[in-house]
Amino acid sequence: MVRYLARRVIWAAVLFIAVTLVAYVLFFLIPNDPAKLVAGKAATDADVKRAAHFLGTDRPFYVQYAKFLDRLVIHQNLGFSFANRQSVNSIVGNAAPVTASLVFGGAIFWMLLALPIGILSALRPRSLLDRASMTFVLIGISAHPIWIGLIFAYFFGFKLGWTPITGYCDFINPSTDCGGPVQWAYHLVLPWATFAILFAALYVRMIRANVLDTMNEDYVRTARSKGAPEHLVLRSHILRNAMLPVVTMLGMDISLALGGAVFTETVYSLPGLGKTAIFGLNNNDIPTVEGVIVFATLAIIVFNLVVDLLYAWIDPRIRLT
Amino acid sequence: MALLEVRDLKTHFRTDDGIVKAVDGVSFSIEKGQTLGIVGESGSGKSVTCLTIMGLNPKRNTISSGEAIFKGENLLAMSSSRLRDIRGNDIAMIFQDPMTSLNPVHRIGAQLVEAIQLHRDVTKRQARARALELLNAVGIPRAERRIDDYPHQFSGGMRQRVMIAMALVNDPDLLIADEPTTALDVTTQAQILTLMTDLQKDFGSAIIIITHDLGVIAEVADDVVVMYAAKVAEHAPVDNLFKRPHHPYTWGLLGSLPRLDADVERLVQIRGQPPSLLNPPRGCRFHPRCPYVMGICKTVEPELLPAGDEADHVQACHLDVATKDREAAKVLAGTMAEAS
Ligand SMILES: Nc1ncnc2c1ncn2[C@@H]1O[C@H](COP(=O)(O)OP(=O)(O)OP(=O)(O)O)[C@@H](O)[C@H]1O
Ligand SMILES: [Mg+2]
Repeated sequence: MVRYLARRVIWAAVLFIAVTLVAYVLFFLIPNDPAKLVAGKAATDADVKRAAHFLGTDRPFYVQYAKFLDRLVIHQNLGFSFANRQSVNSIVGNAAPVTASLVFGGAIFWMLLALPIGILSALRPRSLLDRASMTFVLIGISAHPIWIGLIFAYFFGFKLGWTPITGYCDFINPSTDCGGPVQWAYHLVLPWATFAILFAALYVRMIRANVLDTMNEDYVRTARSKGAPEHLVLRSHILRNAMLPVVTMLGMDISLALGGAVFTETVYSLPGLGKTAIFGLNNNDIPTVEGVIVFATLAIIVFNLVVDLLYAWIDPRIRLT
Repeated sequence: MALLEVRDLKTHFRTDDGIVKAVDGVSFSIEKGQTLGIVGESGSGKSVTCLTIMGLNPKRNTISSGEAIFKGENLLAMSSSRLRDIRGNDIAMIFQDPMTSLNPVHRIGAQLVEAIQLHRDVTKRQARARALELLNAVGIPRAERRIDDYPHQFSGGMRQRVMIAMALVNDPDLLIADEPTTALDVTTQAQILTLMTDLQKDFGSAIIIITHDLGVIAEVADDVVVMYAAKVAEHAPVDNLFKRPHHPYTWGLLGSLPRLDADVERLVQIRGQPPSLLNPPRGCRFHPRCPYVMGICKTVEPELLPAGDEADHVQACHLDVATKDREAAKVLAGTMAEAS
């Protein structure tokens, strides 16, 4: 267990260096000078030089990268935005809860949809419910999330006026116009739904298949032969096993979904990490983009570790070595 | 009154290819404390017979008829809640494959405790003590430590012991063992069989044991049912079956037993493949493979009747008893008729 954790941490460090370095290199391949942007349109060459020196972009890229690493590792400081001089720590700190709300809320949303539909259609294959849910799966898988997002925004937000189309409300700190759990959820319903449709469809299909497979396992028959009532057979023997692969997939898909959040945040103008990164890219704001990358990488690494530990905990056959 | 009396049991499965008649009119009975062996080739309907008695066939595509009277109640006609009371409590089952019959995510102790608490109003602690007692009884070494292990930490033989412990934990009157030793190596097989017969003495249960192996039957059974293609070919007390087998299919089974005293070359295998249960042969189901086939066999289905003078030895074959006795004597002497 200790060795397992040690190996994971070393891996995480390697991964972390690789990801941030690649991101840095990519920036230097883009022929654009952030100093020009900072210095403004009317700046002279001397102004731009001064700005470049001030930002540190006149140094070779490995020096910049080393300085970045030093700041990050020693001072836990992501630096300051080239665009507006704000601390990147606080930019990321403000954006992360938005993305987390979107992704984890979306995951809960899709699981709440997929679990009952998947289980019920496995219990009654070829029933009306099963056929209806398979149709939903087909639509969910074939339609692009952006298209679904726009359709949802148009009908539920614009035509019916049921939900807000844009904006974000904080869960804990109410600002002047909105705040608190209800407003938070209210503003996120459409993004969640958009985000969740594709995954819900995939998960309905996966849960249904797993439950159908597990129902035919010998140990399920053993449970019945002991005289276990059906609800116990379902809960303790079928679902407990059928959900193992679902948990693994969920871990991977939530990481994936972090990437997908970029689209959803753009469609609904949510001030999350995706939107922040895009804004940073458009403005050549290296520190902000790097900050988002660092944070997202760390988040995914930690999240995967948690999922692995969780998985080993629920499946006794898995040994962490 | 017999403990379990099965009458004209039929189980048909609806499949995409048609109706599979997996069990087609099987009758037998078993008394308290007795052991009934069921033998037959793969696919002859042995497992399905027992699963039908337990009501464990998949509901979706199964059609069952006939009766299985257990202590005066018909298992096939009772409510599912009454059947659940009986399963695991009065009738317990051990399955063919110990590797897949235990739930991989629960500790074996928990699986035994579940079996107990489903039928007994006892605390977890009491149930655990009982589980431990049974694990010791079936010979799990250091059972008090292994009770909290998971199935994957046990070998096949040990898992089958756990299955036996789980089946016996509520003192069932009837234990159905579906090829309990097939998946195990020879030494372990012998240990498990001895274990079952010892436990039968201690617990007084009746046992139905399914096997391909006449050697196993000879060792443990009082009565034998020989099944062929979903039907009973022969049914006799074990001594009778081995001394005076009446059915050519039984001869085939006996002839394929390895014998130390006979020339190995003369080992007889039954020719051909078992018939399809979708579309079984007309007349006697064994006729396409039978070395003694006569005209009548191809059209008239033989009834299950006594051939000689013993009323408890029934068989389904058109041959006359003199021929049967002569050919059976040859088989037992190790020389199958040249007709094969
Ligand atoms: N649920 C089912 N649906 C359709 N056909 C089935 C089903 N269960 C069993 N069968 C068929 O019924 C026949 C009898 O099967 P059964 O399992 O009883 O054989 P068996 O005598 O136990 O054989 P083995 O010695 O290999 O265990 C087989 O042809 C099998 O394919
Ligand atoms: Mg079988």
